[in-house]
Amino acid sequence: MQPFTRLTSRVAVLPVDDVDTDQVIPARFLKITDKVGLGDKLFADWRRAPSGDDPGFVLDRPETRGARVLFVGRNFGCGSSREHAPWALCGWGFAAVVATSFADIFRTNALKNGLLPVALDEVAHAHLRALLDADPRAEVTVDLEACVLRMPDGREASFPIDGFARRCLLAGIDELGYLSSLDKDISRWEAEHG
Amino acid sequence: MSTPPRTLFEKIWQRHVVADEAEHPTVLYVDLHLVHEVTSPQAFAGLAARGLGVRRPDKTFATMDHSTPTLPRHLARVDAAAEAQLAELERNCAKHAIPLFGLDHEHHGIVHVIGPELGLTQPGRTIVCGDSHTSTHGAFGALAFGIGTSEVEHVLATQCLLQHKARTLEVRVDGALGRGVTAKDVILAVIARIGTGGGAGHVIEYTGSAIGALDMEARMTVCNMSIEAGARAGLVAPDDTTFAWLDGRPYAPRGAAWDRAVCAWRALATDEGATYDRSVTFDAAEIAPMITWGTHPGMGMRIDGRVPSAESVDDPADRRAIEKALAYMGLAPGEPIVGQRVDVVFVGSCTNSRMSDLRAAASILRGRRVAEGVRALIVPGSRRVRLEAEREGLDRVFREAGAEWREPGCSMCIAMNGDEIAPGQYAVSTSNRNFEGRQGKGGRTLLASPLTAAAAAVTGRVTDPRSLLAS
Ligand code: SF4
Repeated sequence: MQPFTRLTSRVAVLPVDDVDTDQVIPARFLKITDKVGLGDKLFADWRRAPSGDDPGFVLDRPETRGARVLFVGRNFGCGSSREHAPWALCGWGFAAVVATSFADIFRTNALKNGLLPVALDEVAHAHLRALLDADPRAEVTVDLEACVLRMPDGREASFPIDGFARRCLLAGIDELGYLSSLDKDISRWEAEHG
Repeated sequence: MSTPPRTLFEKIWQRHVVADEAEHPTVLYVDLHLVHEVTSPQAFAGLAARGLGVRRPDKTFATMDHSTPTLPRHLARVDAAAEAQLAELERNCAKHAIPLFGLDHEHHGIVHVIGPELGLTQPGRTIVCGDSHTSTHGAFGALAFGIGTSEVEHVLATQCLLQHKARTLEVRVDGALGRGVTAKDVILAVIARIGTGGGAGHVIEYTGSAIGALDMEARMTVCNMSIEAGARAGLVAPDDTTFAWLDGRPYAPRGAAWDRAVCAWRALATDEGATYDRSVTFDAAEIAPMITWGTHPGMGMRIDGRVPSAESVDDPADRRAIEKALAYMGLAPGEPIVGQRVDVVFVGSCTNSRMSDLRAAASILRGRRVAEGVRALIVPGSRRVRLEAEREGLDRVFREAGAEWREPGCSMCIAMNGDEIAPGQYAVSTSNRNFEGRQGKGGRTLLASPLTAAAAAVTGRVTDPRSLLAS
């Protein structure tokens, strides 16, 4: 896993609430036995190239090319526990998702793949949305050391993150190492509880 | 010193804490790990890459359900990718000595149907699976929740998980359910009220006289959809109904061990005076048959009501969500939902594919015909359910009505195996998710109970099932 410290990037804005993981990566793409190749399938059923008055789907617009931050509404990642959702988001190139809230399993899955879930309060979220609507090419900085998102106008918003997950992300290590180090405690529990 | 009163959740949680170090999440022991073909291959590959084995293959059980065919085995093959995934699970289970209930095994079925029916699911246990509907097993008073594939790897390697303790939410349903109103209607009413994120960060405990009166299969239907309210898990306190259902199951304790187990299970119920972080209450008598009109399970309504309009809500985000959902569903705001054309009816999934569900569907289909132009698919949750239904003659009822009677599996709930609806079609389904494209790209799903689904099959329209029930 790559360490995550600080990231400055354009933002793809998908202002939808309750985006479920069936939309992030439809079930027909889950018949794989590895984690690769899902990036192209991200939001497969919502993808649409711009044409005429239709601005197209956000990932297909020129101004979001190379964006590493995805901006969404509330309760992002609800529904299925499929970890293929963060694999697809990372495969596309995203490294952070900004929302007002995340579904529990998605948040856990994202953190285990170096994808940072940034939950902003409603006011900061609305402010950032207005800035991005005014300038879709504007950049934000996500700073995991300070747990702060810096907006295009310089304003800063802090976001919560579990301390242990943060340390793992900053160091680029996964959580299984810690669990494995507790082998003695696990054996003791097993001896006591059968 | 007397211990303070504790909730059911608190009791199971405390017993399973392996370590609780400062600045670390709690390490929680897992009693039962269920595995299926779609969310496990990358976890096994991760183990191999680290040179690790499976710590407790005796606490791990695997089945094949998501991408499996539901046509007779000798006719059916889904596609090369699905076959490769099934072969991979077979290899991984053989390598690590994990029991596998494959397609031809007598215990084969949907993971959340077979765990309980084999007696693997027991009160007080911690149960996980790489599948969000693991919440189903909470019906037995087990702490059961879905995990991602990285966590599947953690459990395979260490039999433990890193967890932050959830808050508790009591969903209390008192009173008696009306005629034609089922567990599915209860949970759809709960989600419609508290929302798809309403249970986030919480474990739900369902309480109240209406819950206590439900049989085990109905309790499973309720707990199954806890995840659709955003909750990690749903629980019902184990009682005599639970014990009677478990007694004699293949993996349930026997003899003196059974008596000791029941004694311990009785002590799991939430203590008098224990408190929940939040509570919501429902009057069972006010719950009507429910159906969803939109693109998530929180978009549900009484079947005798009218499709909502964007103007009926104040929040601009909610308004946009309603407009977007109605556009996808092709439904007009303010219209009654009864009478809406239906193309497909699906009775199945880990929510509603057990004997009581099939009996309910058969009670409406018996002596009637599936309407002209409607395709009705009945998919039992497991081989056991299929055989028992055939012993009762339910398969004949379905076939004579013109419905398709299939082999067990997830089938049209997730549409990975070729069972799917076409773009623009309307399906009344007993499954748990009406997300865009869930049952096939462009398909439109209306979630409902087996009674309501069967009623739609015979009329070809969304129909209040109470109008077809024998009086
Ligand atoms: S029946 Fe549907 S919800 Fe249940 S496990 Fe299978 S795919 Fe998941």
